[in-house]
Amino acid sequence: MARAVSNRRKVGYTIAAWIIGLAIFFPILWTIVTSFKTEAEAISSPPSFMFFNWTTENYTTVLERSNYFRHFWNSVVISLGSTVLGLIIAIPAAWSMAFVPAKHTKNVLMWMLSTKMLPPVGVLIPIYLIFRDVGLLDTKTGLVIVLTLINLPIIVWMLYTYFKEIPGEILEASRMDGASLRDEIIYVLTPMAVPGIASTLLLNVILAWNEAFWTLNLTAAKAAPLTAFIASYSSPEGLFYAKLSAASTMAIAPILILGWFSQKQLVRGLTFGAVK
Amino acid sequence: MTKTTRILMGATALCGMAAIAQAETLTIATVNNGDMIRMQELSSDFTEKHPDIELDWVTLEENVLRQRVTTDIATKGGQYDVMTIGTYEVPIWAKQNWLVPLDDLPEEYDAEDILPAIAGGLSVDGTLYAAPFYGESSMVMYRTDLMEEAGLEMPDAPTWDFIKEAAAAMTDKENEVYGICLRGKAGWGENMAFLTAMSNSYGARWFDENWVPQFDSPEWKAALDDYLMLLNEYGPPGAANNGFNENLALFQQGKCGMWIDATVAASFVTGDDSTVADKVGFALAPDNGLGKRGNWLWAWSLGIPAGTDAEDAAKTFVAWATSKEYAELVAEKEGWANVPPGTRTSLYENQEYLDAAPFAQMTLDSINAADPNNPTVDPVPYTGVQFVAIPEFQGIATAVGQQFSAALAGQMSAEEALQAAQDLTSQEMQAAGYGQ
Repeated sequence: MARAVSNRRKVGYTIAAWIIGLAIFFPILWTIVTSFKTEAEAISSPPSFMFFNWTTENYTTVLERSNYFRHFWNSVVISLGSTVLGLIIAIPAAWSMAFVPAKHTKNVLMWMLSTKMLPPVGVLIPIYLIFRDVGLLDTKTGLVIVLTLINLPIIVWMLYTYFKEIPGEILEASRMDGASLRDEIIYVLTPMAVPGIASTLLLNVILAWNEAFWTLNLTAAKAAPLTAFIASYSSPEGLFYAKLSAASTMAIAPILILGWFSQKQLVRGLTFGAVK
Repeated sequence: MTKTTRILMGATALCGMAAIAQAETLTIATVNNGDMIRMQELSSDFTEKHPDIELDWVTLEENVLRQRVTTDIATKGGQYDVMTIGTYEVPIWAKQNWLVPLDDLPEEYDAEDILPAIAGGLSVDGTLYAAPFYGESSMVMYRTDLMEEAGLEMPDAPTWDFIKEAAAAMTDKENEVYGICLRGKAGWGENMAFLTAMSNSYGARWFDENWVPQFDSPEWKAALDDYLMLLNEYGPPGAANNGFNENLALFQQGKCGMWIDATVAASFVTGDDSTVADKVGFALAPDNGLGKRGNWLWAWSLGIPAGTDAEDAAKTFVAWATSKEYAELVAEKEGWANVPPGTRTSLYENQEYLDAAPFAQMTLDSINAADPNNPTVDPVPYTGVQFVAIPEFQGIATAVGQQFSAALAGQMSAEEALQAAQDLTSQEMQAAGYGQ
């Protein structure tokens, strides 16, 4: 009897999970479906979900009109560059906070997190002026720097949480075996924290890929990533929903695929240390 | 290969590299609409004529573009050499000396040919600061078949009373036909563009000569009451969420009897995507017998930021893109109906254009009916028909638009919305130091 109830619950949970999952995914699915409609079908009411003339003309138009691959390459460089640079800075920082905490380590961590509470537009003009003066406007280098700084608190916090789970005795043992600080971090700590580092890396790539405020405001023609590519298909006066959907699908497809293949790693990393 | 040949080849390569190094690159910021995309596609004509100038395009959504180019020009960032800006920005930026005056365009450009109403909106103290690429006003677009069924005939210059009567007669909610569609979505360029223009025809104004807000005037009350009544009684459901695109979709699907909006919509409602393309008529925006019509005036224009290091090349490009020759190029490649409208007198004297664009005369009449320097019945201290050309306007008008949109959604009364508009506008204007 107990088993039957349990099964019913399981079925209930599964159905609920599917409904929630589909509800969350629905806007993306709708965007993908709309990208295969004509502009007239995209705005038709009531909308059709499956039964319309599927067409790829929006993709052809978008590829003809815009340099998708330049935007794509810029997105790759900016998101990977800022993530790698962020990890290089954050791994030693998180190590020191996790294994040799000082009196004010907690305060420093809170302070780092508090920088995320400032609305970005509040520092737009100062950063814009600095970038102008040092020639970093519309450069991939500039965006790598700014996205690294923006996401650094999250990277440090995530790594700090993972590192706290690793027993300090192992590091101590390596020290007793004569490992230098550099060797300790590179050859002992990093391999043990690979799941945590991998999920931090993935999450940060996603955050950097989707970042739209700085990437739109600090770029013009040369370093503009896929966020600018999407923005070029939106218009308050003109119906371009199907083309906008095609551009959006092309922009999110790479990160969607990356997320799909690495979902186990992501979930494992994000729930690491959540249950003790 | 002899030594001499090698030297000659090397010298040729160096000359080639020097030529590439000398080529100037213009970065052009533009909005995403049909006319601008077409210009981008036809720009090979320009680069063929000017091989020493290369073009880099940055196309962005209107509001993103506005934020982006404003940041750049205010900080002298120098990211753009040509910017697409509207009649709202030009007077403000020109007064800040942020724009290069266009008072030395070549004679063959024929600046005198620009429509006076448009040139007036893009000039400060008689000097042109941006060249109009296309101009637009607003007008009534209506279903000729529904009007006929209702036993009415749309005059060329209707009154608001006629619009109310026609809206009532055309509404058939059971069959999802709504007498009138208007902008309801909050925003300075959305519902407030329409309502400000509408209020002008009721004799209302944003500010008196001393910059005192006027939302407590009976004229504003009358305009807002009629707007709310029209949409509540005869408008589509959820009108408070409708902007240009939503109303365009409704009209194209045959669900609007009348739609008062941008003249640029004319080519969409009569285009291939419209199910009512052959049943659309046009009329001037309505009036109330006070000498002012409820239509606006806007021109997407090309301006050159002061401090660009490619001023001459930028002027050459602006002169090409806004020239009579460009209009002819579009006509040759895409047909006369696709020529950017509303900027040049000569276009409206061209019979081929008038034959190809059935909405041409109404567009011209609508533009000519707007006066950005005297937008309403009483005198005002500002420039602009559907906006007030001061930097604070975007923020204030969006906040006011939210009040009016809330009134339309039934969340507050017209009186409450007007009182809130009066209070918030007074507060912002005092903080900004106007009228002190």
